[in-house]
Amino acid sequence: MEAFLFYIFAIVTAGLSLLVILQPNAVGAAMSLVGAFFGIAALFVLMQAHFVAVMQILLYAGAIMVFFIFVVMMLNLEPKQLRWRTITGSRLIGGSAAIYLLGLLLVALLERRPVGAGASAVWGGEPVEGTVEAVGELLLSQYIVPFEVTSITLLVAIIGAVTMGKREL
Amino acid sequence: MLRDYLPIAVLFALGVLIGGAFLGLSACIGRKRPTAEKLAPYECGLDPVSSPRQRFSVKFFLVAMVFLLFDVEVTFLFPWAVLVRRFTESGLGTFIFVEGLLFIFVLAIGLVYVWRRGALEWEK
Repeated sequence: MEAFLFYIFAIVTAGLSLLVILQPNAVGAAMSLVGAFFGIAALFVLMQAHFVAVMQILLYAGAIMVFFIFVVMMLNLEPKQLRWRTITGSRLIGGSAAIYLLGLLLVALLERRPVGAGASAVWGGEPVEGTVEAVGELLLSQYIVPFEVTSITLLVAIIGAVTMGKREL
Repeated sequence: MLRDYLPIAVLFALGVLIGGAFLGLSACIGRKRPTAEKLAPYECGLDPVSSPRQRFSVKFFLVAMVFLLFDVEVTFLFPWAVLVRRFTESGLGTFIFVEGLLFIFVLAIGLVYVWRRGALEWEK
């Protein structure tokens, strides 16, 4: 049953993600991205990561998509303005980074062992069921410092947003 | 555990079903006799003045940014709110409560900053 559900949601997510990059209409692509985020949330649920699934919908499908739409509105992309792009230096670097990431993911997938320096510490821990209670208990007791540092990071982001967004200070 | 998600699945299915049914029914049953007049974009009965695709002000962007950041704050406070009672029962209540308050306090500084800077006011 779970494998069946996984394949359904994986296909839906992959299909919608393809629509995001293939659609000429920017708003349509953003809507496909909302659907893809919901699919990813369903995949998180299948991995018992319930809290992450809720965050995925609240933050990504909700808040970040509002942001995407505003960027689309601000850039004001006409469908016809999108055309085949030529290879430039920065795109070469970006493409190489994407290929590197793909390779890294493939290595992780095929070898089934941790990638990177800190991975063994993460993988060595006991698996926790990702309910709000279980994650919250860890977040509020063992990981209290990162939790509090997050608030400062958010404060920095708020100040940065206002500083960049306001014309006169 | 997956059983708990059944209501959400039912809700999604009903949403797709009802939305799809109305679209499908109106596509099948509805009459289609298009004329140039009918197919023109409708804008309060007047001819459209300009293209609907216009560049929006950066002011929207600032509001969205601030919304996003405080939204992240709320999701972090969500487990705190769920767990305060349980931690109180195990004797750690004050510690956890102060921890959450500290988190809120730091972000309240951000709110005061946004307020004082006038980022919540709509620039003319």
